[in-house]
Amino acid sequence: MTTAIPTALALIAELTHRCPLHCVYCSNPLEMKHRADELTTEVWSRVFREAAAAGVLQVDFTGGEPLARPDLVDLVRAARGAGLYVSLITSGLPLDETRLDALVESGLDHIQLSFQGSDAEPANEISGTRAHAQKLRVLEWLKRRRVALTLNFVIHRRNIDQLEEMLSFGESSGAGRIEFANVQYYGWAFANREQLLPTRDQLNRSVEFLRRAEERLRGKIHIEFVVPDYYAKYPKACMGGWGRKLILITPNGDALPCHAAQVIPGLRFDNVKDRSLREIWEKSEAFQKFRGEEWMSEPCRSCDRRQLDFGGCRCQAFLLAGDAAVTDPVCSLAPERSKVDAILAAVDESRAEPSAKPDWLYRSNPA
Amino acid sequence: MMPERQSRPCLALGCRLNEKNQPLRVLHMPERALRLNGPSLEIIERCDGKHTVQEIISELQKLYSKAKPENVERDILGYLARLHDQRALDFASDGGPNGTKEVK
Repeated sequence: MTTAIPTALALIAELTHRCPLHCVYCSNPLEMKHRADELTTEVWSRVFREAAAAGVLQVDFTGGEPLARPDLVDLVRAARGAGLYVSLITSGLPLDETRLDALVESGLDHIQLSFQGSDAEPANEISGTRAHAQKLRVLEWLKRRRVALTLNFVIHRRNIDQLEEMLSFGESSGAGRIEFANVQYYGWAFANREQLLPTRDQLNRSVEFLRRAEERLRGKIHIEFVVPDYYAKYPKACMGGWGRKLILITPNGDALPCHAAQVIPGLRFDNVKDRSLREIWEKSEAFQKFRGEEWMSEPCRSCDRRQLDFGGCRCQAFLLAGDAAVTDPVCSLAPERSKVDAILAAVDESRAEPSAKPDWLYRSNPA
Repeated sequence: MMPERQSRPCLALGCRLNEKNQPLRVLHMPERALRLNGPSLEIIERCDGKHTVQEIISELQKLYSKAKPENVERDILGYLARLHDQRALDFASDGGPNGTKEVK
């Protein structure tokens, strides 16, 4: 039986791995691409046209920090010109008002501005940079411009008890959406996992708080909450299913079905410099590998939820169980679930944590 | 919330229709897109800050004259309310031709 190829709906364009921040939970791989390896403006522009022709509707500009690309305004214009809806996922550095105006005028639809918290000091500790004050400036500039805004707070053990402060900060920001996204444990976050995972008590309180906030703000501000999937009963539908909705292009042009797919040994990735986006989407070995259900083993294969969560995340299966083809170990039905439970038990025991700064592994920066 | 009949719905900041020449018509929203079929596209195209809710209802009742008028009305009100809850629509109160409220 062959699997019908669905249409790709969104393109995640990792424009660069360069970033002025050093966040301890960065989802980028530990080995990053250098500036010299980055795709040119021309190649990206072709990729946007190919994506739109293949049915892609939206593009997220991310990184690293997309603002590190001097040609960002041109890239926005190219993506809009191809017919895509363009979002910029950014830390707000380096940016000034002139450049922001140029981005808005070139057709940028939506900005997602990330915050590490509502207070400068702990936020700067997490980002390893004095970035918070600049983010506040960017927020003020955005209030005077017509571009949709999402605030994104990355949540973890050290700030999950300050959701109230973050929410009231967010409510006064003019944002139409606020995301409280718990760290997902890949890349640098996986390396810092023991310091970042919240306890079960912390998580339960936060879920209850944000459920009430969501209710209160309905129709005014859209609240999005992402839980750490280590605590979930069932895994997340990672990327909406492997090779089903999303395609990610790395700074040097490799096409990945998931942010972390390069951790899986033996997967071969095609590059947009060699093949068209449609060809990669339909035929690339990496995209075909876990598309559909053929690859599944039990308990996924006969599970009623296999069309809801698609077996969870392949990269997480590899990271936690050493095999990318098994059920995501965060699933309560997974044979390897005990490994996740052991990690969570250790987190609960370490509850009485010292106030001292943890021994963070800060994200480095490629040349 | 139920939209008021004299209010003039318009697409919220960051929400827009994709281009007409594309095979699949969608309403773009931050981080998502809503697929539009015949009637939902007819409704969204009228959420321009000029049509009142009542005018949208009347026009679609004419367009879909085979359907029961009260069903068309109920479906439109429900659809507009859902889109508002999802932050895709703003309702400008009646006031002027542009849907802007006059400041007294």
